[in-house]
Amino acid sequence: MSFQFTVSPDFTPDHLSGWYIFNTWLQKQTGIAIHLEMYNDFQGQRDAIQADTVDLIYANPFDAAMLVREKGFLPLVKAEGAADEALIVVNADSAINDVADLKPGTRVAYTEDPDVRLMGMIMLEPGDLNNNNIVPVLADNYVLVAKHLLKVEADVGIFLAGAYDDLSAMVKNQLKVLVRSQISVIHHALMIGPRLQERREDIQNLLVEMSNDDKGRGVLQSLGFTVWQKVDNEEMEFMIDLMDTLNT
Amino acid sequence: MIADMNAKDIVGDYQEVSLQLYGSVKRKILYTQIETPYPDGKLIVSTTNPEGIITHVNRSFVEMSGYREEELIGAPHSILRHPDMPPAAFKDLWDTVQRGEKWQGFVKNLRKDGGYYWVKATVIPNVRAGKVVGYTSVRRKPSRSKIEECCKLYPTLF
Ligand SMILES: Cc1cc2nc3c(=O)[nH]c(=O)nc-3n(C[C@H](O)[C@H](O)[C@H](O)COP(=O)(O)O)c2cc1C
Repeated sequence: MSFQFTVSPDFTPDHLSGWYIFNTWLQKQTGIAIHLEMYNDFQGQRDAIQADTVDLIYANPFDAAMLVREKGFLPLVKAEGAADEALIVVNADSAINDVADLKPGTRVAYTEDPDVRLMGMIMLEPGDLNNNNIVPVLADNYVLVAKHLLKVEADVGIFLAGAYDDLSAMVKNQLKVLVRSQISVIHHALMIGPRLQERREDIQNLLVEMSNDDKGRGVLQSLGFTVWQKVDNEEMEFMIDLMDTLNT
Repeated sequence: MIADMNAKDIVGDYQEVSLQLYGSVKRKILYTQIETPYPDGKLIVSTTNPEGIITHVNRSFVEMSGYREEELIGAPHSILRHPDMPPAAFKDLWDTVQRGEKWQGFVKNLRKDGGYYWVKATVIPNVRAGKVVGYTSVRRKPSRSKIEECCKLYPTLF
């Protein structure tokens, strides 16, 4: 029997080959046959989860509640220091210096990343903006969110902090950050489904130990990570409760 | 237990009032008209046990309340109760979460230094293995217009 592993679509483009290397490493270490399946968008991935075809997932925090509470998934690990934070950004020439000055009808550019979008919309609330009174400008990635701001096709952009920081200096010089979130407890996590759960402890230990040898460190590096840290059930439950309060 | 407020902690001119808290506990409150603005981008988080005693606070909670973490853990959450908040708001909060539902509202909170800060709070029951083991409140920055609405509405609810 082969098991299926998948990765949150917001995390695949930059490290696609890294996830294949990681999957090869994981199969070798565990002796389990695991097939890596990448979905182009969140909806495709959620359909697969609903159809119970997924056994391992590097999950977006937004989907954690559904995975744990409806599908019986449990957390394994998170990447050290990899909290998801969001940014509210405008064109450097914009007259807006405070979210409170924004008005209904503001054009807001964002990607499909559900957790970043949620955090971003919360940071727009002090301006009385919400899903019903903004003009959404959906972009395929954060470089395109930046483009929309530069071309003044959007008034405000919502970024994943890491993705914004990776933009070129030339682009960032033409932009202005209004707010940077400091939430620190919202993060992606590697999670394990019911069919593999008898191997949970075993896999968790392998992952936590991974950074202790050269081979493992190299694999982590190809993902852009340094160390996996254990996530226990209560930490995950707490994050789910927190996401739940934000999703209102 | 919950101690009276202490004049030496207060910053600025203050008024004094005695507040009746739950379980016939009385607390001497000293409060000023100084507002601390909600910090951009932060969430203020706390968790209580089922009785409303604080069991966890994050760093933003400590910074905004003005108390040290050791003073907060083990204290009833009414340590932040501001005299301008109508009791009906908290009755609604408790009725809602005890039904197992989410509560959301705008709250004026009292700082240790007598000042205040407004939050938009969401409180949910923490359900573990089918049992309520506590409650978590996550606060975010409210809009000025919502605060102004509350400043008009709350005095009418006493
Ligand atoms: C998770 C949680 C968070 C709360 N946060 C606050 C708060 O920030 N400020 C506040 O005045 N009351 C808060 N309360 C309500 C208090 O428990 C209390 O009901 C309120 O301060 C009124 O005091 P009383 O019930 O003793 O009259 C919270 C309750 C819970 C369960």
